Amino acid sequence: MSKRYVQRSPFSRKKFVIDALIDVDLEIAPKCMTALVGESGCGKSTLASCLVMLERPDRGGIWFEGNEVSRCDAAELAVLRPRLQMVFQDSAGALNPRFTAGQIVAEPLEIQGGESAKNLRSRAGELMEEVGLSADWIDRRPLEFSGGQRQRLAIARAIALKPAFLVLDESLSGLDLSTQAQILNLLLDLKTVHSLTYLLISHDLSLVGQIAEFVAVMHQGRIVEQGTRQEIFGQPQHAHTRDLLNSCRVMESAFHTAGGRS
Amino acid sequence: MKYLERRVIHAVLLLVGVSVLCFLFSDLAPGSFFDEMKLNPQISAETVAALRSQYGLDQPLPVRYGRWVKSAVRGDWGYSLAYHSPVRSLLLVRARNTLLLTALATLLAWLIAIPVGVWIASRSGKWEDRLTLAGTSVLLSVPELVVTLGLLYWVVRTHVLPAGGMISVGFDELGLWGKFRDLAAHLAIPVGVLVLAGLPVLLRHVRASMVEVLKSPFMQAARGHGIGRFRLLFRYALPAAANPLISLLGLSVAGLLSGSLLVEVIMGWPGLGPLLLEASVSRDIYVVVGAVMASTFFMILGSFLADVMLVVIDPRVRVE
Amino acid sequence: MWTPDTVPSGASPLLSVRGLTVNYSGDRQSVSALSGVSLDLAPGEIVGIVGESGSGKSTLALSILGLLPAKTSVAGSIRLHDKDLLPMDESSWRAIRGARISMIFQEPGLALSPVMRVGDQIAEVIRAHRPGSRQARKRESEALLSEVRLADAERIYQAYPHQLSGGQLHRVAIAQAVACRPGVVIADEATRSLDGTIQAEIMEVLREVNRKFGSALVFITHNPALLAGFADRVLVMYAGRIVEEGPVTEVFRRPLHPYTKGLLRLAPRYPQQAAGLAQDRLPAIPGSLTDADRLTQGCVFEPRCSARTAVCSSEFPNQATPEPGRRVSCFNYGN
Repeated sequence: MSKRYVQRSPFSRKKFVIDALIDVDLEIAPKCMTALVGESGCGKSTLASCLVMLERPDRGGIWFEGNEVSRCDAAELAVLRPRLQMVFQDSAGALNPRFTAGQIVAEPLEIQGGESAKNLRSRAGELMEEVGLSADWIDRRPLEFSGGQRQRLAIARAIALKPAFLVLDESLSGLDLSTQAQILNLLLDLKTVHSLTYLLISHDLSLVGQIAEFVAVMHQGRIVEQGTRQEIFGQPQHAHTRDLLNSCRVMESAFHTAGGRS
Repeated sequence: MKYLERRVIHAVLLLVGVSVLCFLFSDLAPGSFFDEMKLNPQISAETVAALRSQYGLDQPLPVRYGRWVKSAVRGDWGYSLAYHSPVRSLLLVRARNTLLLTALATLLAWLIAIPVGVWIASRSGKWEDRLTLAGTSVLLSVPELVVTLGLLYWVVRTHVLPAGGMISVGFDELGLWGKFRDLAAHLAIPVGVLVLAGLPVLLRHVRASMVEVLKSPFMQAARGHGIGRFRLLFRYALPAAANPLISLLGLSVAGLLSGSLLVEVIMGWPGLGPLLLEASVSRDIYVVVGAVMASTFFMILGSFLADVMLVVIDPRVRVE
Repeated sequence: MWTPDTVPSGASPLLSVRGLTVNYSGDRQSVSALSGVSLDLAPGEIVGIVGESGSGKSTLALSILGLLPAKTSVAGSIRLHDKDLLPMDESSWRAIRGARISMIFQEPGLALSPVMRVGDQIAEVIRAHRPGSRQARKRESEALLSEVRLADAERIYQAYPHQLSGGQLHRVAIAQAVACRPGVVIADEATRSLDGTIQAEIMEVLREVNRKFGSALVFITHNPALLAGFADRVLVMYAGRIVEEGPVTEVFRRPLHPYTKGLLRLAPRYPQQAAGLAQDRLPAIPGSLTDADRLTQGCVFEPRCSARTAVCSSEFPNQATPEPGRRVSCFNYGN
């Protein structure tokens, strides 16, 4: 799969050609957590947008549950969309500040149609409880929540339509250590309960390394290596993977010199 | 230079469109220049018809338009039936007079709006801010007409300034300094009215844009480096706040020829406004078209100027 | 009350904070941001402050620079070379900021004006504190850009923030902070938005600058792993208080406070060690800090603490000094 962006400057003849994705081949195992790791600008977010069909690739295709979604028309996509959902990084930006928490969480259900307002509200309350938020807060606005709580809201919204596949694009960056751990635990619980498949996108290898079963490494628009966690962490093949691991090691070995942990 | 080419083409299309509409609307309006003459029993119908044919007014619309375009492109913008003079020289004089008024007023308004706007933004919420905002509200709600008439009344009573017109009788005999003083005295009220009319909007926009910028992280960071207050406002905040103000500046330039009609008419200022008014009323078709085209041209100029200034001032816009 | 010893090197402290208490007046009630915070900073040392959201770390940084908002009640003292900074007026603060104490803000991309060239923004800091010609300032700014290892300093000088990468912007921010050779540099989550490799580079630059210019560095972070091999001492903050302090190696080897222990368990793991089994659960610290917690008479961490006992909810634990140079605020430390 490939995707190219072209920017033109109004005053000169130059164009900026950005090959965001080049010949990307990626397999995502069902009911597992796959991590996609790479530094900023490597194309992870573009890949995520293509996977949930917010953008169309220029070349290549995406298959989901046997259907080729990259060639579907709008009607077919509408049927498939509830099965693929995305949680973004910037929770303050991804949630409409004028809506209440309940409205945000129930929005996908509302768009699908067919539920009464009372049902929507109770369903929103249930979803909030499921992600660890009190249903009493259903009428609060996003900015009244902390960063971690907003991500929980975003997750609640994402699971409202009972998807099969959840893409989390840097959803844990910018959160504190203890909040990250709590959200990761939440994701693990939801995975079991709802049989979810995750694609966890992050630039932080040591973060995702703790819980991902499969890891794919991206660099400058290409997937340079993918495999199980044992393969990637134990026997990294590609130079860039080794670089990433080494940069973690710089912190970690100093940590070990300092005494490590008990 | 594809961008410039596109702009020029748009401009030409706009001018053509406006001129066509002008002709069309003038034609749609009932009557023609010679209607008054027709009412005069001493002038025979044949004379009127002959006059009409002489000025080409009996030709169908497309022919008249075609002729006008052909001569306009060569620099001849038609002939004023009322003033018995070519439109071009008439327009140039009147436009100059209007520009004298509006350019001065616009300059003054901006020169006041920027420092005052910056200052009250830095005092947001305090009494200076509230007082100024209340003042702008008052100015916004009072119609230009009332202000003009009010000032006119005062001037007539006190004879402090001339009550209208652009120059006094005997202007030509005055020396250079005398001429300057005379002109200034006549300019005072119209310019004052225009400044009072335009200032509130400018002031509020400057304030709003500044208040927004003052909340930015980089302002706190600059403060954290010990940068002084004055520099923080004018070297850091104002350039960052300039974006929306440049669009506003474009609008100011765009309205240079068209924004002062009311004041000119009431104060008897011999500008484009009264000319356009008279010409419209008396169906002096080529003057109307000429004046409207001139205003349109300024509008295009203003918008283009704003776009260019935006690119010059804001480095982020340079690569779209 | 929390009272640090004098610093081990014997030199008198450069910066000395005692009993700093900060309350923000909110719409409905006042929020306690800092409660009786005391710390010392020796010349040239690197001190790490570990704290999460709500710990008061940013309030502490802003207090030391006098940048707290207007409606804030501040008590206690902040001494720079024995001069109390808190009662100063704005113009005295302006002389200190950037010149004697300076700050590297989180997200340098946002901390720089988008319409000014970055080199000029460094020059402005110099201009605010030292007389001199424009050429001299420009030369000095370019020299600073080289000091922070930015190749092609002349080109970077002329660039605008949106033309530079995250790592480059961070270096510009560091150059700004040390432009006037301050005695204290505070880095408030200065590497938060960076990828691993760049984060390591930037911390390397900070270390170099600390060595070369001799300014003390207060490195604030939410991730304790960053301090290993970097900071000399660490202070752990929770809910506006310092709950543990000590040399980095000691605290990491043997954390005493339950919160410190919890945090260190979560700090990033060595990926190759983790090549074993995937975890099915992370050892997260349960619950979260609420505003109600802060009003308690007892220990603020008690609701989330695994080592809590009856006394923890009724009395506030005074500091204990189990060893010289280490302090902890807990009844049951070490358990």
